[in-house]
Amino acid sequence: MKIGTPKEVYEGERRVAMTPDSALQLQKLGYECAIETGAGAAAGFSDADYEKAGVEILPTAAQLWKAVDIVAKVREPNDTEAKRLSAGQTLISFFWPAQNKELLELCQSKSANVIAMDMVPRISRAQKMDALSSMANIAGYRAVIEAGNNFGRFFTGQVTAAGKVPPAKVLIVGAGVAGLAAIGTSTSLGAITLAFDVRPEVAEQIESMGAEFVYLDFEEQAQDGAATGGYAAPSSPEFREAQLKKFRELAPSVDIVITTALIPGRDAPVLWTKDMVELMKPGSVVVDLAAEKGGNCELTQKDQRVVSDNGVIVIGYTDFPSRMAAQASTLYSTNIRHMMTDLTPDKDGKVNHNMEDDVIRGATVTHEGAITFPPPPPKVKAIAAQKPKEKAPELTPEEKRAAEVAAFKKETKTQVTLLAVGGALLLAAGLVAPASFMQHFIVFVLSVFIGFQVIWNVSHSLHTPLMAVTNAISSIIILGALMQIGSGSFLVILLAALSVFMAGINIFGGFLVTRRMLAMFQKS
Amino acid sequence: MEFGFTTAAYVVAAVLFILSLGGLSGQESAKRAVWYGIVGMALAIAATLVGPGAGLWLLSILLIAGGGTIGYVVAKRVQMTEMPQLVAAMHSLVGLAAVFVGLVAHIELGRVLGMTEEQRHALEGFGALLAHKTPVEQNILRVELFLGIFIGAVTFTGSVIAYGKLAGKVSSAATKLPGGHILNAGAAIISLLCLFWYFGTGGFFPLAIMTLMALFIGYHLIMGIGGADMPVVVSMLNSYSGWAAAAIGFSLGNDLLIVVGALVGSSGAILSYIMCKAMNRSFVSVILGGFGGTTGPAMEVEGEQIAIDADGVATALNEADSVIIIPGYGMAVAQAQQSVSELTRKLRAAGKEVRFAIHPVAGRLPGHMNVLLAEAKVPYDIVLEMEEINDDFPETDVAIVIGSNDIVNPAAQEDPNSPIAGMPVLECWKAKQVFVSKRGQGTGYSGIENPLFYKENTRMFYGDAKASIDSLLPMIK
Repeated sequence: MKIGTPKEVYEGERRVAMTPDSALQLQKLGYECAIETGAGAAAGFSDADYEKAGVEILPTAAQLWKAVDIVAKVREPNDTEAKRLSAGQTLISFFWPAQNKELLELCQSKSANVIAMDMVPRISRAQKMDALSSMANIAGYRAVIEAGNNFGRFFTGQVTAAGKVPPAKVLIVGAGVAGLAAIGTSTSLGAITLAFDVRPEVAEQIESMGAEFVYLDFEEQAQDGAATGGYAAPSSPEFREAQLKKFRELAPSVDIVITTALIPGRDAPVLWTKDMVELMKPGSVVVDLAAEKGGNCELTQKDQRVVSDNGVIVIGYTDFPSRMAAQASTLYSTNIRHMMTDLTPDKDGKVNHNMEDDVIRGATVTHEGAITFPPPPPKVKAIAAQKPKEKAPELTPEEKRAAEVAAFKKETKTQVTLLAVGGALLLAAGLVAPASFMQHFIVFVLSVFIGFQVIWNVSHSLHTPLMAVTNAISSIIILGALMQIGSGSFLVILLAALSVFMAGINIFGGFLVTRRMLAMFQKS
Repeated sequence: MEFGFTTAAYVVAAVLFILSLGGLSGQESAKRAVWYGIVGMALAIAATLVGPGAGLWLLSILLIAGGGTIGYVVAKRVQMTEMPQLVAAMHSLVGLAAVFVGLVAHIELGRVLGMTEEQRHALEGFGALLAHKTPVEQNILRVELFLGIFIGAVTFTGSVIAYGKLAGKVSSAATKLPGGHILNAGAAIISLLCLFWYFGTGGFFPLAIMTLMALFIGYHLIMGIGGADMPVVVSMLNSYSGWAAAAIGFSLGNDLLIVVGALVGSSGAILSYIMCKAMNRSFVSVILGGFGGTTGPAMEVEGEQIAIDADGVATALNEADSVIIIPGYGMAVAQAQQSVSELTRKLRAAGKEVRFAIHPVAGRLPGHMNVLLAEAKVPYDIVLEMEEINDDFPETDVAIVIGSNDIVNPAAQEDPNSPIAGMPVLECWKAKQVFVSKRGQGTGYSGIENPLFYKENTRMFYGDAKASIDSLLPMIK
């Protein structure tokens, strides 16, 4: 089968859905590749590059749409493009089916199969084809760069011969993929970075990226991001109030605000109001990544850079990924390629549109003449539901006391039992055995007891030295031999002498080797 | 007066010995603790020579000096990897000495009993001690020295076999004579009968039979235990040598012997207990040899072992931030500890966090790995125990398994039918990547298939451990 990519027709769109690299990979899956001439030019890929990768160059869009079985592109098709679709043809692109009902119906009437890259479910297995995330990553990075471009000062603080420069203070609202990418970029440029999100569970991620999480003093059932597939959900009016209050507090001190707050399927919430912009210092920058959905900032105008009355620059561009067309195309084409890998399990160049597969099912919006949007909920949840933090039930002092007493009693009981049994045995032995034996026996019992107490404290790493040292001191048996050596016959002397000799080896060998070992233990 | 002095010296020596063992709780205090032990021993010997150690002074000192020289030479020359053999060999000496001392006590007892009243009064030293015993005490003495000889003899042959196995002179596989444990039980029963016989007659004959039986038990018991269970065996023999000393102490009426014997005995017992717990097996099942019966077929292992070359490992190490190394007996066999230390040094110099995870039964001796790593100058504060480090694996980039097998076997947790089910293991498979340095595809001592080798994040780094690690070194930046 043949995969083709036409030139994007949307004005200002510079990305392309197939790069020479991805074409090579697609060919390994058994596909033939084609592009419309000049499709990659805006992203920096010339026709010659494509030809080198074995891609067929077609002179017009019409020819391309006719020649290929699978069309891969970036933006959703416009009417002209959609009408070119033929039955059984597969289209892979961003589609936004919820917002583009008519387009969806048009594609259905053509009985084309449409896979919407924006509908790929958020599960671990599908991360490699999650084009939304890869584009958001670029948008987050670019937002900081764009802000820097419009901001008249350094990001990082410096002390120079010409005076001291304070570091810029950046606030990032919404810690999704774009937000986190922005945090990373901003911190690595050296700015003091603050970040806010309605989902408290992302605080850890924010802090791991080097930003400071802005905590809200607000008592409410925390949102569980897992319930909404990892995205934020609308918040209550009270929460919103608390949030805005916090932002008003921060507004005078921050230099750059990057807002990324989006709620799936809704207009972007207004989080940065006009009065906050007015509180900001002249020359500050607001970059609104939600401009396409109306913007998080009240002053945002889609695709425009506006300057407020007090000199704050508000940027509402919606084409951040396209502004980094080469990078965006590389990532997007890789996403597409992974999608094709999943669609071609046998690597034979034939699409196997398996509607049982969670990922493929979720992304498919029309299939064999039927609209298959919205998809059923995926079988695998995106993110494991957060376990409610288990708070150890606060014990009342009485309960604690009772528990302690119970534990103490239990311990006492076992100890007393052991002592009683041991004591009884000792007494029984004492009844029959003579006093001299009992003396020694008591010494023995006490020594065993001390041994148990002492040895438990020996650290694991010193077990070998312990063995060597116990070995050395167990040759205390030499005392016995020494006592015997002088008394009696030749045989006695011989045996005792041998014992003394062997114990001597042991004493010196044991202690020396222990010392050798211990001397080796060094602290770093 | 003499005796008063000796007793006082014994008390001091006993205290020093206790301090010496107690000092082993930390690496730094341990260095001081050895000196306590040495001084204690010197004091005890000096006091005995001055006090009850009657006669033949010169001979005693010469013998000690001679033995000491041999001990000195051996201790200087021994390789750290040969530590288990050395410890086993030294146990056998204690065991044999206990047998001899016990026999001498028996001979002396016979001699003293044959004497007349006047002759007894003329006796000195050990003989005098025996002479003052009442008949009941003499009987007790017989039991004591009987026990002392028995334990000593078991320790002797057991240690000799353990030495042979550890030094590779005897096959380390578990072998038993036909009849298995029945033979051991039979020998033990005969020994018990001998005890009554000896108790009644006081003759040498039952004592000799018992000694032979005990020697046989020691031999056969240890022959039936395989290589990986050696840590338990060695610590058990350690314990036995202590109990033998204590029993002899009873028969000689020497409190210091009793105290030290009891200390050593309980120390060995605790070590054995710790080792058994680390393998999740009862002491009896280890001693009876072999692995317990399984309750069903082992879990099928799926997947394949994927090999990797030094390049791949080096790349992963260069990219990793945190590395945990899990050494096992294989590292000792290949003498790879210096190379591992060098690798550690390089990785640490590159700013990576490198730590070692030591399983309690790694190696052939309790704490074996710690000693080897210390020898190679790996700082002890990055060498951690299983409990300290097991929770850190999920946050670790690379885990390197060098010559260990069962202690990193996930089957212990996942497969209830596995022979090692329930044994605590190092959960290295939770690390992002695992490299296993291993000679070949064999299953190792226990013959248990290790699912770790088939895991998706595991790569097999085949080859001799030392050569493998050495090939990595130039590639680490």
